[in-house]
Amino acid sequence: MLLDLEMRQVYASELLRMMEIDESIIVIDADLARANGTLGIRDRFPDRALDVGVAEANMASIAAGLASYGFKPFISTFCPFATRRICDQITISIAYAKQNVKIVGTEPGVAAEFNGGTHMSIEDVGVVRSIPGIVIFEPVDQVQLLQAMPQIAAYDGPMYIRLFRKKPTHVFDEATYRFELFKADLLQEGTDVTLFATGIHVSIALEAAELLKEKGVSAEVVNVHTIKPIDKDTVIRSVQKTGCAVTCENHNIYGGLGSAVAEVLSEHHPVPIKYVGVDDSFLIVGKIPPLLEKFHMTKNDIVDKALESIEMKRK
Amino acid sequence: MTIDTYAALEKKCREVRYLTFDAIGTLGVGHLGGSFSAVDALVVLYYRHLRFDPKQPKMEGRDRFVLSKGHAGPALYAILADHGIIDKSELSTLNRHETRLPSHADMNRTPGIDMTTGSLGQGLSCAVGIAVGSKIKKDGARVYCMIGDGESNEGQIWEAAMYAAHMHLDNLIVFTDYNKMQVDGQTKDILGLEPICDKWISFGWNAERVDGHDVKAIDEAIDRAKAIKGKPCMIILDTLKGKGISFIEEIWQNNHNVNVTPVQHEAGLAELAKEGF
Repeated sequence: MLLDLEMRQVYASELLRMMEIDESIIVIDADLARANGTLGIRDRFPDRALDVGVAEANMASIAAGLASYGFKPFISTFCPFATRRICDQITISIAYAKQNVKIVGTEPGVAAEFNGGTHMSIEDVGVVRSIPGIVIFEPVDQVQLLQAMPQIAAYDGPMYIRLFRKKPTHVFDEATYRFELFKADLLQEGTDVTLFATGIHVSIALEAAELLKEKGVSAEVVNVHTIKPIDKDTVIRSVQKTGCAVTCENHNIYGGLGSAVAEVLSEHHPVPIKYVGVDDSFLIVGKIPPLLEKFHMTKNDIVDKALESIEMKRK
Repeated sequence: MTIDTYAALEKKCREVRYLTFDAIGTLGVGHLGGSFSAVDALVVLYYRHLRFDPKQPKMEGRDRFVLSKGHAGPALYAILADHGIIDKSELSTLNRHETRLPSHADMNRTPGIDMTTGSLGQGLSCAVGIAVGSKIKKDGARVYCMIGDGESNEGQIWEAAMYAAHMHLDNLIVFTDYNKMQVDGQTKDILGLEPICDKWISFGWNAERVDGHDVKAIDEAIDRAKAIKGKPCMIILDTLKGKGISFIEEIWQNNHNVNVTPVQHEAGLAELAKEGF
């Protein structure tokens, strides 16, 4: 049942459920409520589900004002407009002012598909990661998102949620998984290389680990769902065992998960790191699988980088 | 602290300018022009209209004020000090290392500041958010905000203007400190705002224009704005940048952020004290 839902449906339905019990939660959209699944909330809560029109900067600062008045605003739009377009409003109205606003960006990176290069945000994590005091969270699947939502709402501070809208590849088992914000998930243990992955690249990294297994390589797979603050302990502990790493993300290799992992490891436990992600170029129109092929972000690319990383370790 | 007579309000304006100039003069530099042009409206607001308790500056249900032109912070700090929310002796820490009184208003540093501002254009949106919040809570609070004329170049001001009217925010009263100057020159030469009143009216606001240094005119305009139902109100204040000290007024075209020598510091204080407060 849960796995039949799109991510935006999980997000919106869980938000609606929480709004029933928490009068301070408020939803604001910028003319993309229909796209982001939140349109129906205004039927139930017309006063607490706002739409400011195509005015993202206004949305961010209005949310800050509402937060200063005791509300918990969730604002949503596509990733590029939720981040790079309103970088200063996030920085000053929200982060510097320490306002409890949850910023939800949808369709990260290649997920924008037919909206093309203008809508494909591969810099959003880098933009937000450089702003002090904001948590960055990227869910993997419906199971993780459903468990994350109450913890997101309970966290008293600004957060950027990087949300894949549609149905992702299923990763987490509903019966056994227990989500903990800020705590990376060790999905598969290994000894030769660690694959650090986030978002849609978690399932791809797991597939790569299977391919590596066929080659006699034991890969550990870690889901870094909270990119900032990154779970340093888990990251360091994993490479203490494996001795090298590959980061896997639907983002520019500059500024995102790869950079975050490199910052931790270069300071605390230097090991070879290879990066799978967009190699500093703008994206194009297309479906996700061919885009991943073209921009070298597939399971085979992860395998290649893993073997390179292991080779570097041996030198 | 309510002031009943206009003569007493005028006196309070002189005192606030004195405290503001003393703080900036002690430091030797500051946003003098835009602080002084705003003083009269701030005084009328804080001593006649804003419902708040200086002893409980974070009290629920209080009226809010967002100084969207955050660089006028020094004038607001003088008013907060006069209300005892901060100590008057603290005014001399203006813009010093680790001060609670930074150049631009900061809600997390300064008691009595309702919203952090400084990046122009954002404060009005924050005020709109607060006004929406007050409507949802039905707590009867009013939200006041002051924007600058240069600040009105920002597109976000007009995003906020549209939305406030769309939401019929009659609990929102905004001032434009129309001192006709921005950093690079006169507003009419950089990015003209006229017809400024008609612009706001066309955006769905009630708008009027008054002498921003006439406390009676400002007071009556706020009273009229409070009575308006169904739409937000804009009060355009015709002001002079640096109003209150003759030699600062004389350089009205270049007093946004000015150096103040010790001699000027003394002379300015003497001029303000001459008429008494």
